[in-house]
Amino acid sequence: MASSIRVRATANGDITEVQALIQHPMDSGFVKDAKGELIPPHFIQELKFACNGKEVFVADWGPAVSKDPYVKFSFKGGKKGDDLKISWTDNKGGSDEITAKIA
Amino acid sequence: MKASISLLRGSLGAALVAFALAVPSVSAADKVDPAADAKAFQKFFFKKFPDVKHDDFVNGPYSMNEDMKRQWQEKEEFPPYEFSLDAGKEMFATPFKNGKTYADCFPNGGIGIRQNYPYFDTKEGKVVTLELALNRCREANGEAPYSYVKDEMASLTAYMAFTSRGKPMDIKIPDDPRALEAFENGKRYFYTRRGQLNFSCASCHVQSPGERIRAEILAPALGILNAMPIYRSEWSGMGTISRRFITCNSQTRAVPLEPQADEYRDVEYFLSYVANGLPISGPGARP
Amino acid sequence: MSAAMQRSLVLAMLLLSSLAPPARAANEADYKAAYAAAEVASKEASGMRNQWTTTVSTLAAAKKAGDGGDFDGAVAAAKEAEALAKASIVQATSEKEAWKAMEIR
Repeated sequence: MASSIRVRATANGDITEVQALIQHPMDSGFVKDAKGELIPPHFIQELKFACNGKEVFVADWGPAVSKDPYVKFSFKGGKKGDDLKISWTDNKGGSDEITAKIA
Repeated sequence: MKASISLLRGSLGAALVAFALAVPSVSAADKVDPAADAKAFQKFFFKKFPDVKHDDFVNGPYSMNEDMKRQWQEKEEFPPYEFSLDAGKEMFATPFKNGKTYADCFPNGGIGIRQNYPYFDTKEGKVVTLELALNRCREANGEAPYSYVKDEMASLTAYMAFTSRGKPMDIKIPDDPRALEAFENGKRYFYTRRGQLNFSCASCHVQSPGERIRAEILAPALGILNAMPIYRSEWSGMGTISRRFITCNSQTRAVPLEPQADEYRDVEYFLSYVANGLPISGPGARP
Repeated sequence: MSAAMQRSLVLAMLLLSSLAPPARAANEADYKAAYAAAEVASKEASGMRNQWTTTVSTLAAAKKAGDGGDFDGAVAAAKEAEALAKASIVQATSEKEAWKAMEIR
């Protein structure tokens, strides 16, 4: 199974730009399925980006974030070849992580 | 014919004029000329939108609106169809239970051939779309067919379109009266008004491309299938050509036909043929 | 032309008859008759591959009202469904030729 996280991080001077796409249903718990039954809530609660072990971006998410979320941000201090670890955990205890190199 | 007979019963003068007008259109219907139709179709759009580069029509609404185009270009750096595309690539390479693969069903192993679909099968006497060919491949190898509208089918066609990106659409109409009839039927379906809202495909995609319908910007009919399948934010997922036709129908309050009905196959044939020469751009992303 | 006018006349009469207030409350037989007529028209439309979604939903509403014993409502819905189906038949018939007006040549 391929990872649920796609990431691209590029260093430009001392600014590193990060883009990430995460595959997740992000069900809010308020939507009904074709049979009219509520789809139980299932969403990412915490998303973390850590550069060389130091957290650079932490997001507390809730049911309002849409399906397959996309995140883009930049931070200072990263450089080419550094490790960038992305991890998420959801309300059902699911999680995934991936480590990418800054390009 | 019926119409001209009832007209004859009416005022004679009007009937004579109508008859004179009806004769050339009847003979034109007898002689189907797809090449001339395609030329006229493309010319219409090139003239209506002189500032749009010809190859850009396949990018649908983005060719019509600068602001949307900028947002899309940013999105294309990290496109929402990527998961589906990766899944499609994996599925395409995974053998069936009998050890064969999709590649065995298609010319050139299925790579870089999207621009040749749909084609007219002279043996069957009908139009065969890529989606149909994929499910027939599955069934011939003892696998259950996929839903035509989304998920797996969209992933597979996304991958096949991706390997064909940039190749000009190249639909052939063999010298077979049934092929010409399929083209003509597709054309008729495209222009025929249906549904309680009395819309034809052309009402939106010929008369009003670039205009807004609610919050959406309508895509031009020219090259509209070159971008298929698409990830639509509105659907939060992927959709195939079948899905696009079905939604279009229900939006005009017409009961959609079954996926891969003859009419849908024919209209796909017509729309693809008139886009000959324009590049494949699928899979696409639309709002 | 004359055929089309005849058709629209029929439609107008249909509409009028559905608007006219019923002299008495409808009974089950009225509903059955109205529903059968609507069903015939809707089958014809579907046979022409030009069914409207609203015909289907209005017909379903008629059946629901009829099953629930609301025969006035059921007859009204069935008549509306019949008018919708007939309009879709008119549309499909006229479009047999009219589509050419939109064609790019």
